[in-house]
Order: sequence, then C-alpha cells, then structure tokens
Amino acid sequence: MNSSFLRFSSITKKIWMAFLGLFLMIFLVVHLGINLCLLRDDGGAWFTAAAHFMGTNYIVKVFEIGLFAGFIIHIVLGIILQVQNWMARPVRYLVSNKTDTPFLSKYMIYTGGIVLVFLVIHFVNFYFIKLGLVSNPNMLPEGEPDFYVIAQQLFAMPVYSFLYIILIVVLGFHLNQAFQAAWQTLGINHPQYNVCLQRFGTFYAIVVPLGYMIIPIYFLLIR
Amino acid sequence: MDLTLKIWRQKDAKSTGKFVTYSLKNISPSCSFLEMLDILNEQLINKNEEPVVFDHDCREGICGMCSLYINGRPHGPDDAVTVCQLHMRKFKDGDTIVIEPWRAKPFPVIRDLMVDRSAFDKIIQEGGYVSVNTGGAAEANNILVGKENSELAMDAAACIGCGACVAACKNASAMLFVSAKVSQFALLPQGQVEAKQRVKKMVKMMDELGFGNCTNTYACEAECPKLISRSNIARMNREFMCAKVI
Repeated sequence: MNSSFLRFSSITKKIWMAFLGLFLMIFLVVHLGINLCLLRDDGGAWFTAAAHFMGTNYIVKVFEIGLFAGFIIHIVLGIILQVQNWMARPVRYLVSNKTDTPFLSKYMIYTGGIVLVFLVIHFVNFYFIKLGLVSNPNMLPEGEPDFYVIAQQLFAMPVYSFLYIILIVVLGFHLNQAFQAAWQTLGINHPQYNVCLQRFGTFYAIVVPLGYMIIPIYFLLIR
Repeated sequence: MDLTLKIWRQKDAKSTGKFVTYSLKNISPSCSFLEMLDILNEQLINKNEEPVVFDHDCREGICGMCSLYINGRPHGPDDAVTVCQLHMRKFKDGDTIVIEPWRAKPFPVIRDLMVDRSAFDKIIQEGGYVSVNTGGAAEANNILVGKENSELAMDAAACIGCGACVAACKNASAMLFVSAKVSQFALLPQGQVEAKQRVKKMVKMMDELGFGNCTNTYACEAECPKLISRSNIARMNREFMCAKVI
C-alpha cells in the first residue's frame, strides 16, 4: 500500500472513490456503445472501425491513461478503506448485525472483488492482446488484432458467455449501490433529489448491464 | 417471563472475556431492560457472585450512557429508543437474549458490558464547541437564524453521543456522530466562524482514533435512538470539501 494514500483523511479517500466511480460509470456507457456494434450484421465492420479508432486516436490514448489511473486508484483506495474498516473492529460480535440496511451495501468489497476478477479476465482476452502482452493468431491485414473474431470466438463458448453474464449481473449490483453512495459521499443529499438519483442509479444499473448481456446472448443463441 | 441471558463477562480491559449464561424467572413484561439486569444483579449479589457491570445513568433516554448490543442490535429490538427505554414486552417468554458490549477498537471494554467512550470526548475537544473568548453572553436575538436551519441544527444537536452508530456500523465508523456535531454548528451563524477548522480537526481526530470508514450502509441512521439523519454525513462531507479546497 502506498503510504501517501494512507495519509489522506477517510473523507478524502472516499471522495476520490466516489469521483472515480462516477467517471468509470461514464466509461462503461462509452464501452457499451462500442460493444453494441458487435450486434450489426456487417461482418464486424463497424466494431473493427470503432476498435481501430479507440486504438489509434491520440485523444483516446491520453484518456486511456486517465482511465487506467482511475481504475487503479479506485481499486487501491477500496482495498485500503476495507482493511482500515476490518481493523476498526478487532473483536467481532457473537450475534451478527440484524439492522435493516440495503442488502448489497454490506457486500460492496466482495462485489467489487468479483468485478476485479472480471476485469482481469477481460484484459487478458482483449486489452493485453492490443498491447502485445498476449499473443493471438486472429490478426487483421493491417497488423492489428481482429477483435471482432476474438469476441465471436469467446462468446461462442457457452461457459465463457455464462460466466460473462454472471459477472455482469454482479457488476450491476455493485453499480446500483455505488451510484447513490457516490452522491451521498460527494455531499449531494436533498429530499428533493434523492429519489430521482436513486431511481436513475437503479435504471443505470439495470440498463447498462442488460446492454452488455445482450451480446453473449446474441452470439450464443442467434448467430 | 422466563429468560436465558448470555452475557459478556470480562474482568478488566486486559482480561480475556467470555459469555456466561444465566437463567432468570418470573420477569414482568412491564419491566424495563435495565430493571431486568438489576434483578439479575440482585440475585448474583445474594449468591456472592460479581454483578454484571453495565453503563446507565438517567434511565430517561437522554443521557446516552446505556450501551448494550442486544441480539444483534444496538439498544435492542425496539426502534428509536435507548436500552433504558426498552421494555421486556418486546421479548417473548423462553427467549434467549445475547447481550454484548459495543465492539470497536476506539471503544475498549473496561469491564463486562461497560466500554470506554472517551474517544467521542476527544473528538468533541477538537472543535465541538463555539469559542467565546471574552465578554459576557451576547443577546441571543442579535443574530437572526432562519427557521429551517434552526430546526436542522436542533435535529443534529439531538445526538446524545451514545455510540450506537459506531456499534451498528459494520466498519465501526463514527461518521454519524461526528457529522451531527459538525452540522449543529455549521448550520448556525455562531458556528460558521470556526466551521472550516472544526470539520478538519474533528475528522482528523476521528481517523487517528481508529474509527472505520463510512461505506453508506446507513445502519447508523437505522439504529440511532435520536433519529439523526444521514443527511448530516453528506453535509459534513460538503463542509470538509469546502474547508480543504476553498
């Protein structure tokens, strides 16, 4: 753990977690937009063009560094906060807590951990191929990896698609709690807006994961 | 009512504690929870055994001294009450009741069910006050306060500092307590003079004492006997951001 991270106050760490979480939620929508190109029956032309743009555009490349930093800081801060939370109660209760609280709010570190596993699998299958860290025989004539064929092959495997869907459902649970928690952490709590924010968060946590889930279902059942 | 009590017994802060089981017979449903413990202690004293040590003072729900974690809930199964306001009618004949002390690193057990909550005092000492360094008390009506803010400040000031928020939180976070104390001053003109240094110092002390971080489960709000709202936490976060940035 980086000691400079530890020196920040608990609220500072949480504010960074919230900002970066919202930033990553915006990225998820952009990523979904590109993924949905896979559904076009054009032999992957749109998807390949989008992948080429994302892989070669300089503005995107700068943005990519920020995105990586965002992921890493969000994960590291999450781990630091959780370790501090465990240390704050060295002796546990005999009877586990019976307080009525939102069910998933207690398991954010676990849903977050599962999302991290998903992220690692996703990186090995796609991003590390782009970086040249993992070899793949499916290459375009231009010398770039053919992500359309790679995605097609992966989603054609029922085990992979099933695992992908499960992990996306967990991501949805994580996002549902994370969205409203982020606003609370950033100090946005007002009776006039709380219901709207909560409903939008639930809407986002259903629609975005559903969008991601359509893709394996499409490759598995329709194509 | 006949009851089985499983109570945490610990000789002193350095000893290793354990649960001890006691049987109590013929307890009236009208009896308060603390009166039930008084009856148990009377029986223990009559048998030349050490009575169970637990915190209590006003027994009117306003002092914040009573602090028992009963069957998995701070202050027991009733909502918005302290243990002293909890009555045995909330339990059934033949029930087993598990009674534990607040569990948190900054709240070490002193003996049995009594914990040291001076960590809260240390946080208050960092800024939970308005400095009046000279002169007599000013005329209260010289500074006008909006009705909405005065109501919100009074709601926050209702916190009795019992520590149920820390006991209920899965992270042993004291955010609800600290935010209530920050809010009650931040909402009033008299408190705004020292608002920035207050929030920074109180949060710093809260972290140094080893309380956990808030993960927005809102167990604190659900178990607060004085119904302190989590909107105070959001307010404290805003105050903290402004104090750091501006």
